[in-house]
Amino acid sequence: MTTPLLSLQGLTKAYPGVVANDHVSFDIAEGEVHALLGENGAGKSTLVKMIYGLVKPDSGTMLMRGQPYAPSEPRAARADGVAMVFQHFSLFDALNVAENIALGMENPPPMGDLAARIREVSENYGLPLDPYRTVGDLSAGERQRVEIIRCLLQDPKLLIMDEPTSVLTPQEVEILFETLKKLRSEGTSILYISHKLEEIRTLCDHATILRLGRNVGECTPSETSARDMAELMVGAVLQTPERAGRAFGPVALDVTGLSVPSPSEFGTALKNVHLTVRKGEVLGIGGVAGNGQDELLGALSGEILTTADAIKFNGQPIGRLGPTARRKLGVLTAPEERLGHAAAPNMTLTENALLTGSVRENLETRGFLKWSEARVFAERIIKSFDVRTPGPENAARSLSGGNLQKFVIGREVLQNPEVLVVNQPTWGVDAAAAAAIRQAILDLAAQGTAVVCISQDLDELMEISDSFAALNEGRLSAPRPTASLTVEEIGLMMGGAHGMEVAHV
Amino acid sequence: MNLGEINPILLIASLMVAATPLLLAAIGELVVEKAGVLNLGVEGMMIVGAISGFAVSVETGSPWLGFVAAAIGGALLSLLFVLLTQFALANQVASGLALTLFGLGLSALLGQSYVGIKPPSMGDIHIPVLSDLPVIGPILFQHDPILYVGIALTAGVWAMLKYTRAGLILRAVGENHDAAHALGYKVIRIRILAILFGGACAGLGGAYISLIRVPQWTEGMTAGVGWIALALVVFASWKPWRALLGAYLFGGITVLQLNLQAAGVAIPVEYLAMSPYIITILVLVILSADKSRAPASLGRIFHASH
Repeated sequence: MTTPLLSLQGLTKAYPGVVANDHVSFDIAEGEVHALLGENGAGKSTLVKMIYGLVKPDSGTMLMRGQPYAPSEPRAARADGVAMVFQHFSLFDALNVAENIALGMENPPPMGDLAARIREVSENYGLPLDPYRTVGDLSAGERQRVEIIRCLLQDPKLLIMDEPTSVLTPQEVEILFETLKKLRSEGTSILYISHKLEEIRTLCDHATILRLGRNVGECTPSETSARDMAELMVGAVLQTPERAGRAFGPVALDVTGLSVPSPSEFGTALKNVHLTVRKGEVLGIGGVAGNGQDELLGALSGEILTTADAIKFNGQPIGRLGPTARRKLGVLTAPEERLGHAAAPNMTLTENALLTGSVRENLETRGFLKWSEARVFAERIIKSFDVRTPGPENAARSLSGGNLQKFVIGREVLQNPEVLVVNQPTWGVDAAAAAAIRQAILDLAAQGTAVVCISQDLDELMEISDSFAALNEGRLSAPRPTASLTVEEIGLMMGGAHGMEVAHV
Repeated sequence: MNLGEINPILLIASLMVAATPLLLAAIGELVVEKAGVLNLGVEGMMIVGAISGFAVSVETGSPWLGFVAAAIGGALLSLLFVLLTQFALANQVASGLALTLFGLGLSALLGQSYVGIKPPSMGDIHIPVLSDLPVIGPILFQHDPILYVGIALTAGVWAMLKYTRAGLILRAVGENHDAAHALGYKVIRIRILAILFGGACAGLGGAYISLIRVPQWTEGMTAGVGWIALALVVFASWKPWRALLGAYLFGGITVLQLNLQAAGVAIPVEYLAMSPYIITILVLVILSADKSRAPASLGRIFHASH
């Protein structure tokens, strides 16, 4: 057997109160795409930080091509040919692409030469990028390209990618995969961290699965089913959300001829949107991001006011009501952006629970807050949705993305809404938690809540929704029952073939 | 009233002198803020620089040693700010305000025996030919050396920020300290150096007032120039040449209104005295209407955590 590129042997790292990695060992071969799988909090990030020299292991050794490898800082790791693309991009918004790339290099060439090199590499790998654009103006996919090119310019032997696709559109994911396959064919090894099983099955040669900081198994993804991998990750048999056959009640939410301009400069205006949701029904709304999803959520939540009759709740016009008034009636929403929209990052979980829960959970009297009740409510959310946090006094920012997502969805679900609108309810959440969130949504519908679920995850929409509609450039296709839809029909709906709807332009 | 008494050549020449303390302090603070630190203690560092410079040049008889001492004095006081904000992770606004109050008190204590003394003079430079040019000579080429140091410093800081790797790293630290840390840059070390540089510049600015502009020592003689320097950095959109422009504008109007007062213009003195502040800020507000913005990590506390 040939010497592996990188061999990890018994790596252990403990933080106060938690063992992040417990004797983790595995090998990454030359020219291999190696997946590191695990739930949120399984210790994936700590492990790669050790490989990249950001964290020192408590014990255990690493061998690079048979030689001892113990980087004291990222600089040393980069010198040894290890490069990393971070989950939260480590970019500088106010600087341009070339400057950002120069910052990640040990001995950058003069700016002019560097710009030429960036153009060359970016074209070689099919990642078009202008070196003089300011990074703050780039899309998520383009920002990731900056990071990847920064790594590629140093001819890495090992490229670490920490959940690279969580912020990308499906098209961008495809471009990324082409690039990674090209890199593999050139002999670069890739350590690919993700909890998206289908991606790993299409891309990776080998997978190591972590659970609670331990290596619990290895497999060849192309020969293992996604379900088996998920069960290894979770350590239990996975529950598929159950959808009981239900009878729908009367129409709860009725949107007619909703047209609103987008509040943001780069947003998409909604154009003549019609939809109805009955009690107990889950309406799934698909479509590629940026086709009016945020605007639709804003119009339904009351952040964007419309004409009174455009939105009706149980027959009552609510288009002119603000979010608090709608909450009082029972129309609740959970937006997509967790930090800053769904939750206030620097406030505690109790305070965040108060922010949307005060009206329906009676958490205030005559303007004074009932802190103990709010705390109980926050603890109830944490308990029912298995939010991993030391307690409700922790700031929302301190939670991992998946845990905070469970919290913000749980907060709305537990308020017994009449109508619930969610946008990307399982974005960045691991398989088990995603299943729990979907189950909670279905349970809510079974109790008679009308649910609108906006998502880019088609599998999710197929799993939980009773009817399906697609947003395309601010227009909504006519909803169709999910059960009878084929993949082709969905594709056509997302692409904008709206049947009669087009005539409304 | 006799406007004819105002000599335009002398007016412009003294404008540069009036602007230099402000320019020195502003350039130092600009570097500090570009590194992501908000040090509101400029006034305090200036006045400590003013008395250190004054005392040392009186004792040694050398204005040059005085300026060196002023830079060291300002930097030493900023070291207190370093300890508070970079190691104790204290709030930068509160620490900066405390630094100003402390500096004002400390300088008054140190300066008790220096009131009423005249410091040794630095003398103006004389360049053959250039200094003898009519009009241009007296305006541009007959000043003290420190005034030129101020201009050179502006050019140096501008070039450093724009063209050098050190400047790029400094801007990166001010823009996103977490990302800079993740890339392996020493955020705290870079910030400490920037704060010390800012302190030294403020000290030089203070000593320029006590050794050249006035020249004598009185308590609280910086009279708010440090605060104007802080405002100048913001309204100059963190750009060195704009800071120079703002400083000269402020200096120019200060000198002009003094001349107008002397000439007996029939405008209440109070209006004339407030005019430099208002006009400078107005002009810079208009200039800063473009999309340039503050360093994103400005004033945020950095704590390395994994």
